[in-house]
Amino acid sequence: MIKIQSITKSFGERVILNEISGSFEKGKPNLIIGASGTGKSVLLKCIVGLARPDYGQVFYDGRDFYGSDSEERVEIRREMGMLFQGGALFDSKNVEQNVMFPLDVLTKMPLNEKLDRVNFCLQRVGLENVNTKMPSEISGGMKKRVGIARAIVNTPNYLFCDEPNSGLDPQTSILIDELIQDLSEDLDITTIVVTHDMNSVMGIGEKIMFLYKGHKLWEGTNKDITHSGVKELDDFVFANKVMNSLRSK
Amino acid sequence: MIKEIGKYFMFLGNLFVNRESFKTYYKLVLEECMNMGIGTVFLVALVSTFIGAVTTVQTAYNMVSSFIPDYVISQVVREMVILELAPTIMAVIYAGKVGSSIASGLGTMRITEQVDALEVMGINSISYLVLPKIIASILMYPLLVITAGVCALFGGYLVGTLTGIISPNDFVYGLRSSYNEFTVVFALIKSVVFAFLVASISSYKGYNTQGGALEVGVSSTQAVTSSVIAVLIADYLLAQLLLAK
Repeated sequence: MIKIQSITKSFGERVILNEISGSFEKGKPNLIIGASGTGKSVLLKCIVGLARPDYGQVFYDGRDFYGSDSEERVEIRREMGMLFQGGALFDSKNVEQNVMFPLDVLTKMPLNEKLDRVNFCLQRVGLENVNTKMPSEISGGMKKRVGIARAIVNTPNYLFCDEPNSGLDPQTSILIDELIQDLSEDLDITTIVVTHDMNSVMGIGEKIMFLYKGHKLWEGTNKDITHSGVKELDDFVFANKVMNSLRSK
Repeated sequence: MIKEIGKYFMFLGNLFVNRESFKTYYKLVLEECMNMGIGTVFLVALVSTFIGAVTTVQTAYNMVSSFIPDYVISQVVREMVILELAPTIMAVIYAGKVGSSIASGLGTMRITEQVDALEVMGINSISYLVLPKIIASILMYPLLVITAGVCALFGGYLVGTLTGIISPNDFVYGLRSSYNEFTVVFALIKSVVFAFLVASISSYKGYNTQGGALEVGVSSTQAVTSSVIAVLIADYLLAQLLLAK
Protein backbone atom coordinates (compact mmCIF):
# COMPACT_ATOMS: atom_id res chain seq x y z
CA MET A 1 0.00 0.00 0.00
CA ILE A 2 1.13 3.55 -0.74
CA LYS A 3 -0.02 6.45 1.45
CA ILE A 4 0.50 10.11 0.66
CA GLN A 5 0.08 12.90 3.18
CA SER A 6 -0.37 16.61 2.44
CA ILE A 7 1.65 16.58 -0.79
CA THR A 8 2.22 20.18 -1.81
CA LYS A 9 4.25 21.28 -4.81
CA SER A 10 4.76 24.68 -6.42
CA PHE A 11 6.73 25.86 -9.41
CA GLY A 12 7.66 29.44 -8.61
CA GLU A 13 4.52 31.26 -7.54
CA ARG A 14 2.23 28.66 -9.10
CA VAL A 15 0.87 26.05 -6.70
CA ILE A 16 0.47 22.80 -8.66
CA LEU A 17 -0.52 20.45 -5.84
CA ASN A 18 -2.24 21.61 -2.68
CA GLU A 19 -2.21 19.33 0.37
CA ILE A 20 -3.08 16.10 -1.45
CA SER A 21 -3.58 13.11 0.85
CA GLY A 22 -4.84 9.61 0.17
CA SER A 23 -3.99 5.96 -0.04
CA PHE A 24 -3.50 3.53 -2.91
CA GLU A 25 -4.42 -0.08 -2.31
CA LYS A 26 -2.70 -3.30 -3.23
CA GLY A 27 -3.98 -5.74 -5.86
CA LYS A 28 -6.05 -3.32 -7.91
CA PRO A 29 -5.43 -0.35 -10.23
CA ASN A 30 -5.68 2.99 -8.41
CA LEU A 31 -6.50 5.79 -10.83
CA ILE A 32 -5.57 9.45 -10.56
CA ILE A 33 -7.79 11.35 -12.96
CA GLY A 34 -8.39 14.95 -13.95
CA ALA A 35 -8.21 17.31 -16.89
CA SER A 36 -4.88 18.28 -18.44
CA GLY A 37 -2.82 20.62 -16.27
CA THR A 38 -4.42 19.63 -12.95
CA GLY A 39 -1.20 18.18 -11.55
CA LYS A 40 -1.75 14.42 -12.07
CA SER A 41 1.67 13.75 -13.56
CA VAL A 42 3.37 16.04 -11.02
CA LEU A 43 1.68 14.08 -8.22
CA LEU A 44 2.91 10.82 -9.74
CA LYS A 45 6.43 12.28 -10.01
CA CYS A 46 6.26 13.31 -6.34
CA ILE A 47 5.18 9.80 -5.39
CA VAL A 48 8.01 8.07 -7.27
CA GLY A 49 10.59 10.68 -6.28
CA LEU A 50 11.24 12.27 -9.66
CA ALA A 51 10.07 15.61 -8.25
CA ARG A 52 10.52 16.42 -4.58
CA PRO A 53 7.38 17.88 -2.97
CA ASP A 54 7.74 21.18 -1.11
CA TYR A 55 5.86 19.62 1.72
CA GLY A 56 4.29 16.24 2.53
CA GLN A 57 5.18 12.60 2.92
CA VAL A 58 4.92 9.41 0.89
CA PHE A 59 4.83 6.03 2.64
CA TYR A 60 5.59 2.76 0.86
CA ASP A 61 4.15 0.03 3.08
CA GLY A 62 4.93 2.22 6.07
CA ARG A 63 8.40 3.29 4.88
CA ASP A 64 8.73 7.07 4.72
CA PHE A 65 10.22 7.68 1.25
CA TYR A 66 11.40 11.27 1.72
CA GLY A 67 12.32 10.65 5.34
CA SER A 68 14.73 7.86 4.34
CA ASP A 69 18.40 8.30 3.52
CA SER A 70 19.52 7.99 -0.10
CA GLU A 71 20.42 4.27 0.19
CA GLU A 72 17.01 3.36 1.63
CA ARG A 73 15.36 5.41 -1.11
CA VAL A 74 17.30 3.46 -3.73
CA GLU A 75 16.08 0.22 -2.09
CA ILE A 76 12.45 1.40 -2.31
CA ARG A 77 12.98 2.50 -5.89
CA ARG A 78 14.26 -0.92 -6.82
CA GLU A 79 10.83 -2.24 -5.88
CA MET A 80 9.19 0.10 -8.40
CA GLY A 81 8.30 -0.37 -12.04
CA MET A 82 7.08 2.48 -14.18
CA LEU A 83 5.44 2.81 -17.55
CA PHE A 84 6.10 6.24 -19.03
CA GLN A 85 3.83 8.17 -21.36
CA GLY A 86 6.06 7.64 -24.39
CA GLY A 87 7.34 4.24 -23.29
CA ALA A 88 10.82 5.68 -22.49
CA LEU A 89 12.51 2.69 -24.12
CA PHE A 90 16.26 3.02 -24.60
CA ASP A 91 16.77 3.85 -28.29
CA SER A 92 20.13 2.13 -28.53
CA LYS A 93 18.86 -1.20 -27.20
CA ASN A 94 16.52 -3.71 -28.84
CA VAL A 95 13.32 -4.98 -27.21
CA GLU A 96 15.05 -7.87 -25.44
CA GLN A 97 17.88 -5.67 -24.14
CA ASN A 98 15.36 -3.06 -22.98
CA VAL A 99 13.37 -5.57 -20.97
CA MET A 100 16.51 -7.26 -19.67
CA PHE A 101 18.10 -3.95 -18.63
CA PRO A 102 16.90 -3.88 -14.97
CA LEU A 103 18.08 -7.49 -14.54
CA ASP A 104 21.46 -6.67 -16.11
CA VAL A 105 22.13 -3.73 -13.85
CA LEU A 106 20.35 -4.66 -10.64
CA THR A 107 20.77 -8.44 -10.36
CA LYS A 108 23.46 -11.09 -10.71
CA MET A 109 21.13 -13.52 -12.49
CA PRO A 110 22.80 -15.84 -15.06
CA LEU A 111 22.09 -15.02 -18.70
CA ASN A 112 19.83 -18.02 -19.39
CA GLU A 113 17.64 -17.17 -16.39
CA LYS A 114 17.47 -13.56 -17.51
CA LEU A 115 16.42 -14.62 -21.01
CA ASP A 116 13.72 -16.91 -19.60
CA ARG A 117 12.40 -14.08 -17.43
CA VAL A 118 12.44 -11.61 -20.35
CA ASN A 119 10.59 -14.04 -22.62
CA PHE A 120 8.07 -14.77 -19.87
CA CYS A 121 7.39 -11.04 -19.39
CA LEU A 122 7.12 -10.42 -23.12
CA GLN A 123 4.65 -13.30 -23.43
CA ARG A 124 2.76 -11.93 -20.44
CA VAL A 125 2.18 -8.64 -22.29
CA GLY A 126 1.27 -10.47 -25.48
CA LEU A 127 4.47 -9.92 -27.43
CA GLU A 128 6.36 -12.70 -29.15
CA ASN A 129 9.10 -12.77 -31.79
CA VAL A 130 9.94 -9.11 -31.32
CA ASN A 131 13.09 -9.62 -29.21
CA THR A 132 15.50 -8.30 -31.82
CA LYS A 133 13.39 -5.37 -32.99
CA MET A 134 14.55 -1.85 -32.16
CA PRO A 135 12.12 0.59 -30.49
CA SER A 136 11.94 2.59 -33.73
CA GLU A 137 10.66 -0.52 -35.55
CA ILE A 138 7.61 -1.20 -33.37
CA SER A 139 4.24 0.54 -33.00
CA GLY A 140 3.16 2.84 -30.17
CA GLY A 141 1.03 0.13 -28.56
CA MET A 142 3.90 -2.36 -28.73
CA LYS A 143 6.24 0.21 -27.15
CA LYS A 144 3.80 0.56 -24.24
CA ARG A 145 3.67 -3.21 -23.83
CA VAL A 146 7.47 -3.46 -23.93
CA GLY A 147 7.49 -0.66 -21.33
CA ILE A 148 5.15 -2.71 -19.13
CA ALA A 149 7.29 -5.83 -19.62
CA ARG A 150 10.36 -3.84 -18.54
CA ALA A 151 8.46 -2.45 -15.55
CA ILE A 152 7.46 -5.91 -14.29
CA VAL A 153 10.61 -7.88 -15.18
CA ASN A 154 12.16 -7.28 -11.77
CA THR A 155 8.91 -8.34 -9.97
CA PRO A 156 8.11 -4.91 -8.53
CA ASN A 157 5.87 -4.27 -5.52
CA TYR A 158 4.70 -0.97 -6.98
CA LEU A 159 3.70 -0.25 -10.58
CA PHE A 160 3.18 3.28 -11.89
CA CYS A 161 1.65 4.11 -15.25
CA ASP A 162 1.67 7.65 -16.63
CA GLU A 163 -1.06 8.05 -19.27
CA PRO A 164 -0.74 4.46 -20.52
CA ASN A 165 -3.37 5.02 -23.24
CA SER A 166 -2.22 8.30 -24.71
CA GLY A 167 -1.85 8.11 -28.47
CA LEU A 168 -3.34 4.62 -28.74
CA ASP A 169 -6.42 3.44 -30.62
CA PRO A 170 -9.45 2.41 -28.47
CA GLN A 171 -8.89 -1.34 -28.94
CA THR A 172 -5.22 -1.20 -27.95
CA SER A 173 -6.15 1.08 -25.03
CA ILE A 174 -8.54 -1.55 -23.71
CA LEU A 175 -5.85 -4.23 -24.09
CA ILE A 176 -3.36 -2.11 -22.11
CA ASP A 177 -5.97 -1.38 -19.41
CA GLU A 178 -6.84 -5.06 -19.05
CA LEU A 179 -3.16 -5.93 -18.91
CA ILE A 180 -2.56 -3.42 -16.10
CA GLN A 181 -5.57 -4.72 -14.18
CA ASP A 182 -4.55 -8.37 -14.61
CA LEU A 183 -0.97 -7.66 -13.56
CA SER A 184 -2.12 -5.75 -10.46
CA GLU A 185 -4.31 -8.66 -9.41
CA ASP A 186 -2.04 -11.54 -10.38
CA LEU A 187 1.16 -10.05 -8.94
CA ASP A 188 -0.71 -8.47 -6.01
CA ILE A 189 1.09 -5.17 -6.45
CA THR A 190 0.10 -1.58 -5.75
CA THR A 191 -0.62 0.07 -9.08
CA ILE A 192 -1.18 3.76 -9.68
CA VAL A 193 -2.42 4.86 -13.11
CA VAL A 194 -2.57 8.50 -14.17
CA THR A 195 -5.13 8.99 -16.91
CA HIS A 196 -7.79 11.24 -18.35
CA ASP A 197 -9.28 8.51 -20.50
CA MET A 198 -12.89 7.84 -19.48
CA ASN A 199 -12.80 4.34 -21.02
CA SER A 200 -10.03 3.47 -18.55
CA VAL A 201 -11.92 5.09 -15.71
CA MET A 202 -15.06 3.06 -16.40
CA GLY A 203 -13.13 -0.09 -17.28
CA ILE A 204 -10.58 -0.47 -14.50
CA GLY A 205 -11.32 2.34 -12.04
CA GLU A 206 -11.77 0.31 -8.87
CA LYS A 207 -10.35 3.19 -6.87
CA ILE A 208 -10.27 6.69 -8.30
CA MET A 209 -8.86 10.00 -7.08
CA PHE A 210 -10.08 13.09 -8.93
CA LEU A 211 -7.83 16.15 -9.04
CA TYR A 212 -9.00 19.61 -9.97
CA LYS A 213 -6.63 22.59 -10.14
CA GLY A 214 -4.19 20.97 -7.73
CA HIS A 215 -6.82 19.92 -5.18
CA LYS A 216 -8.26 16.48 -4.49
CA LEU A 217 -12.00 16.97 -4.99
CA TRP A 218 -13.32 13.43 -4.93
CA GLU A 219 -12.39 9.82 -4.23
CA GLY A 220 -14.44 6.73 -5.06
CA THR A 221 -14.99 3.94 -7.59
CA ASN A 222 -16.19 3.76 -11.20
CA LYS A 223 -19.57 2.61 -9.91
CA ASP A 224 -20.33 5.87 -8.15
CA ILE A 225 -18.41 8.32 -10.35
CA THR A 226 -21.48 9.18 -12.44
CA HIS A 227 -23.47 10.32 -9.40
CA SER A 228 -20.78 11.97 -7.31
CA GLY A 229 -22.62 15.26 -6.97
CA VAL A 230 -19.35 17.13 -7.59
CA LYS A 231 -19.89 19.61 -10.39
CA GLU A 232 -16.24 19.71 -11.55
CA LEU A 233 -16.16 15.90 -11.71
CA ASP A 234 -19.45 15.79 -13.62
CA ASP A 235 -18.05 18.33 -16.10
CA PHE A 236 -15.00 16.10 -16.58
CA VAL A 237 -16.91 12.80 -16.81
CA PHE A 238 -19.71 14.03 -19.05
CA ALA A 239 -17.51 16.06 -21.40
CA ASN A 240 -17.45 12.83 -23.40
CA LYS A 241 -20.45 12.64 -25.78
CA VAL A 242 -20.95 8.92 -25.17
CA MET A 243 -21.00 9.41 -21.41
CA ASN A 244 -23.33 12.37 -21.83
CA SER A 245 -25.77 10.32 -23.91
CA LEU A 246 -25.71 7.61 -21.21
CA ARG A 247 -26.60 10.24 -18.61
CA SER A 248 -29.54 11.46 -20.73
CA LYS A 249 -30.88 7.89 -20.87
CA MET B 1 27.18 32.32 -14.03
CA ILE B 2 28.40 31.49 -10.48
CA LYS B 3 25.17 29.55 -9.90
CA GLU B 4 25.74 27.58 -13.09
CA ILE B 5 29.33 26.73 -12.07
CA GLY B 6 28.03 25.63 -8.65
CA LYS B 7 25.44 23.38 -10.31
CA TYR B 8 28.16 21.93 -12.55
CA PHE B 9 30.29 20.96 -9.52
CA MET B 10 27.26 19.45 -7.77
CA PHE B 11 26.61 17.49 -10.95
CA LEU B 12 30.20 16.21 -10.86
CA GLY B 13 29.76 15.29 -7.18
CA ASN B 14 26.82 13.06 -8.10
CA LEU B 15 29.03 10.97 -10.40
CA PHE B 16 30.30 8.97 -7.46
CA VAL B 17 27.10 8.50 -5.43
CA ASN B 18 25.38 5.06 -5.48
CA ARG B 19 27.48 3.74 -8.33
CA GLU B 20 26.74 0.44 -10.05
CA SER B 21 29.12 -2.53 -10.28
CA PHE B 22 32.52 -2.25 -12.00
CA LYS B 23 31.36 -4.76 -14.64
CA THR B 24 28.51 -2.46 -15.69
CA TYR B 25 30.89 0.48 -16.22
CA TYR B 26 33.50 -1.64 -17.99
CA LYS B 27 31.10 -2.47 -20.83
CA LEU B 28 29.82 1.09 -21.06
CA VAL B 29 33.33 2.57 -21.12
CA LEU B 30 34.32 0.23 -23.98
CA GLU B 31 31.23 1.26 -25.95
CA GLU B 32 31.98 4.94 -25.38
CA CYS B 33 35.64 4.44 -26.36
CA MET B 34 34.48 3.01 -29.67
CA ASN B 35 32.11 5.94 -30.26
CA MET B 36 34.52 8.67 -29.20
CA GLY B 37 37.82 7.27 -30.41
CA ILE B 38 37.19 5.20 -33.50
CA GLY B 39 34.39 7.50 -34.63
CA THR B 40 36.63 10.58 -34.46
CA VAL B 41 40.02 9.31 -35.59
CA PHE B 42 39.41 9.88 -39.31
CA LEU B 43 38.34 13.49 -38.83
CA VAL B 44 41.26 14.17 -36.49
CA ALA B 45 43.76 12.61 -38.92
CA LEU B 46 42.37 14.55 -41.86
CA VAL B 47 42.28 17.93 -40.12
CA SER B 48 45.68 17.55 -38.47
CA THR B 49 47.38 16.46 -41.71
CA PHE B 50 46.16 19.62 -43.42
CA ILE B 51 47.01 21.81 -40.43
CA GLY B 52 50.57 20.40 -40.46
CA ALA B 53 50.84 21.01 -44.18
CA VAL B 54 49.57 24.60 -43.96
CA THR B 55 51.78 25.36 -40.93
CA THR B 56 54.85 24.22 -42.88
CA VAL B 57 54.00 26.37 -45.90
CA GLN B 58 53.24 29.44 -43.76
CA THR B 59 56.33 29.04 -41.59
CA ALA B 60 58.50 28.80 -44.71
CA TYR B 61 56.76 31.89 -46.13
CA ASN B 62 57.71 33.85 -42.99
CA MET B 63 61.36 32.73 -43.03
CA VAL B 64 62.55 35.55 -45.22
CA SER B 65 66.15 35.70 -44.06
CA SER B 66 68.65 33.49 -45.85
CA PHE B 67 70.68 33.32 -42.63
CA ILE B 68 68.03 31.08 -41.06
CA PRO B 69 68.67 27.42 -41.93
CA ASP B 70 65.81 25.42 -43.52
CA TYR B 71 65.58 22.91 -40.68
CA VAL B 72 64.20 25.70 -38.45
CA ILE B 73 60.93 25.36 -40.42
CA SER B 74 60.30 21.82 -39.16
CA GLN B 75 61.53 22.82 -35.70
CA VAL B 76 58.88 25.56 -35.55
CA VAL B 77 56.24 23.23 -36.98
CA ARG B 78 57.14 20.60 -34.35
CA GLU B 79 56.81 23.04 -31.46
CA MET B 80 53.54 24.49 -32.76
CA VAL B 81 52.04 21.09 -33.40
CA ILE B 82 53.04 19.49 -30.11
CA LEU B 83 52.38 22.47 -27.87
CA GLU B 84 49.22 23.91 -29.36
CA LEU B 85 47.79 22.57 -32.57
CA ALA B 86 47.48 18.89 -31.66
CA PRO B 87 46.03 19.26 -28.14
CA THR B 88 44.12 22.56 -28.37
CA ILE B 89 42.87 22.89 -31.94
CA MET B 90 41.90 19.21 -31.86
CA ALA B 91 40.02 19.91 -28.60
CA VAL B 92 37.91 22.46 -30.43
CA ILE B 93 37.16 19.90 -33.15
CA TYR B 94 36.60 17.23 -30.50
CA ALA B 95 34.11 19.51 -28.71
CA GLY B 96 32.28 20.07 -31.99
CA LYS B 97 32.01 16.39 -32.80
CA VAL B 98 32.02 14.43 -29.55
CA GLY B 99 30.76 17.20 -27.23
CA SER B 100 27.71 17.98 -29.34
CA SER B 101 27.01 14.27 -29.74
CA ILE B 102 27.15 13.72 -25.95
CA ALA B 103 24.87 16.71 -25.28
CA SER B 104 22.30 15.81 -27.93
CA GLY B 105 22.29 12.14 -26.89
CA LEU B 106 21.73 12.92 -23.22
CA GLY B 107 19.30 15.73 -24.07
CA THR B 108 17.18 13.35 -26.14
CA MET B 109 17.26 10.78 -23.35
CA ARG B 110 16.14 13.48 -20.92
CA ILE B 111 13.18 14.74 -22.97
CA THR B 112 12.00 11.23 -23.84
CA GLU B 113 12.00 10.28 -20.12
CA GLN B 114 14.75 7.66 -20.54
CA VAL B 115 16.73 9.39 -17.77
CA ASP B 116 13.64 9.30 -15.51
CA ALA B 117 13.25 5.60 -16.31
CA LEU B 118 16.77 4.97 -14.97
CA GLU B 119 16.06 6.99 -11.83
CA VAL B 120 12.83 5.11 -11.10
CA MET B 121 14.75 1.82 -11.37
CA GLY B 122 16.98 3.08 -8.56
CA ILE B 123 19.96 3.70 -10.84
CA ASN B 124 21.97 6.91 -10.40
CA SER B 125 21.48 8.21 -13.93
CA ILE B 126 24.33 10.75 -13.71
CA SER B 127 26.79 8.09 -12.66
CA TYR B 128 25.45 5.49 -15.10
CA LEU B 129 25.31 7.75 -18.15
CA VAL B 130 28.05 10.31 -17.59
CA LEU B 131 30.91 8.57 -15.74
CA PRO B 132 31.64 6.14 -18.64
CA LYS B 133 31.70 9.06 -21.08
CA ILE B 134 34.22 10.99 -18.98
CA ILE B 135 36.45 7.93 -18.45
CA ALA B 136 36.30 7.03 -22.16
CA SER B 137 37.09 10.62 -23.13
CA ILE B 138 40.11 10.75 -20.80
CA LEU B 139 41.34 7.44 -22.26
CA MET B 140 40.73 8.23 -25.91
CA TYR B 141 41.50 11.92 -26.34
CA PRO B 142 45.24 11.65 -25.51
CA LEU B 143 45.47 8.91 -28.16
CA LEU B 144 43.72 11.19 -30.62
CA VAL B 145 46.17 13.98 -29.77
CA ILE B 146 49.12 11.65 -30.41
CA THR B 147 47.52 10.64 -33.72
CA ALA B 148 46.95 14.31 -34.56
CA GLY B 149 50.58 15.17 -33.77
CA VAL B 150 51.95 12.37 -35.94
CA CYS B 151 49.58 13.19 -38.82
CA ALA B 152 50.35 16.92 -38.63
CA LEU B 153 54.11 16.31 -38.77
CA PHE B 154 53.57 13.83 -41.60
CA GLY B 155 51.43 16.39 -43.47
CA GLY B 156 54.17 19.00 -42.98
CA TYR B 157 56.84 16.60 -44.18
CA LEU B 158 54.82 15.60 -47.23
CA VAL B 159 54.04 19.13 -48.37
CA GLY B 160 57.45 20.54 -47.39
CA THR B 161 59.38 17.92 -49.32
CA LEU B 162 57.06 17.55 -52.31
CA THR B 163 56.94 21.31 -52.97
CA GLY B 164 60.68 21.76 -52.47
CA ILE B 165 60.32 24.05 -49.43
CA ILE B 166 62.64 21.85 -47.40
CA SER B 167 64.65 18.71 -48.07
CA PRO B 168 63.66 15.44 -46.30
CA ASN B 169 66.94 15.41 -44.38
CA ASP B 170 66.52 19.00 -43.17
CA PHE B 171 62.94 18.32 -42.11
CA VAL B 172 63.92 15.28 -40.04
CA TYR B 173 66.96 17.10 -38.64
CA GLY B 174 64.73 20.00 -37.58
CA LEU B 175 62.29 17.64 -35.89
CA ARG B 176 65.12 16.08 -33.85
CA SER B 177 67.20 19.15 -33.00
CA SER B 178 66.75 20.88 -29.59
CA TYR B 179 63.96 18.45 -28.77
CA ASN B 180 62.52 18.88 -25.28
CA GLU B 181 60.57 15.82 -24.06
CA PHE B 182 58.56 17.91 -21.64
CA THR B 183 56.59 19.46 -24.52
CA VAL B 184 55.06 16.02 -25.18
CA VAL B 185 54.32 15.53 -21.47
CA PHE B 186 52.76 18.99 -21.43
CA ALA B 187 50.61 18.15 -24.48
CA LEU B 188 49.41 14.94 -22.82
CA ILE B 189 48.59 16.76 -19.56
CA LYS B 190 46.59 19.27 -21.60
CA SER B 191 44.83 16.51 -23.49
CA VAL B 192 43.66 14.82 -20.27
CA VAL B 193 42.33 18.13 -18.88
CA PHE B 194 40.61 19.04 -22.16
CA ALA B 195 39.09 15.56 -22.48
CA PHE B 196 37.60 15.88 -19.00
CA LEU B 197 36.28 19.39 -19.66
CA VAL B 198 34.67 18.56 -23.01
CA ALA B 199 33.01 15.35 -21.76
CA SER B 200 31.84 16.73 -18.42
CA ILE B 201 30.57 20.10 -19.67
CA SER B 202 28.77 18.53 -22.63
CA SER B 203 27.23 15.90 -20.36
CA TYR B 204 26.12 18.59 -17.91
CA LYS B 205 24.47 20.61 -20.67
CA GLY B 206 22.79 17.57 -22.21
CA TYR B 207 21.65 16.08 -18.91
CA ASN B 208 19.97 19.32 -17.86
CA THR B 209 18.02 19.78 -21.10
CA GLN B 210 14.41 20.76 -20.50
CA GLY B 211 11.70 21.07 -23.13
CA GLY B 212 11.64 19.48 -26.55
CA ALA B 213 13.63 18.90 -29.72
CA LEU B 214 14.45 22.59 -30.07
CA GLU B 215 16.04 22.66 -26.61
CA VAL B 216 18.14 19.60 -27.47
CA GLY B 217 19.67 21.64 -30.30
CA VAL B 218 20.20 24.59 -27.95
CA SER B 219 21.91 22.34 -25.37
CA SER B 220 24.12 20.88 -28.05
CA THR B 221 25.22 24.34 -29.21
CA GLN B 222 25.76 25.51 -25.62
CA ALA B 223 27.80 22.38 -24.92
CA VAL B 224 30.20 23.18 -27.76
CA THR B 225 30.45 26.88 -26.88
CA SER B 226 31.01 26.30 -23.16
CA SER B 227 33.47 23.46 -23.77
CA VAL B 228 35.55 25.55 -26.18
CA ILE B 229 35.64 28.50 -23.75
CA ALA B 230 36.65 26.19 -20.88
CA VAL B 231 39.35 24.58 -23.05
CA LEU B 232 40.82 27.97 -23.97
CA ILE B 233 40.84 29.16 -20.35
CA ALA B 234 42.42 25.89 -19.20
CA ASP B 235 44.94 26.15 -22.05
CA TYR B 236 46.13 29.52 -20.80
CA LEU B 237 46.17 28.44 -17.13
CA LEU B 238 48.16 25.29 -17.88
CA ALA B 239 50.66 27.19 -20.02
CA GLN B 240 51.09 29.76 -17.25
CA LEU B 241 51.38 27.05 -14.62
CA LEU B 242 53.70 24.61 -16.39
CA LEU B 243 55.65 26.63 -18.95
CA ALA B 244 56.03 30.14 -17.55
CA LYS B 245 59.57 30.94 -16.39
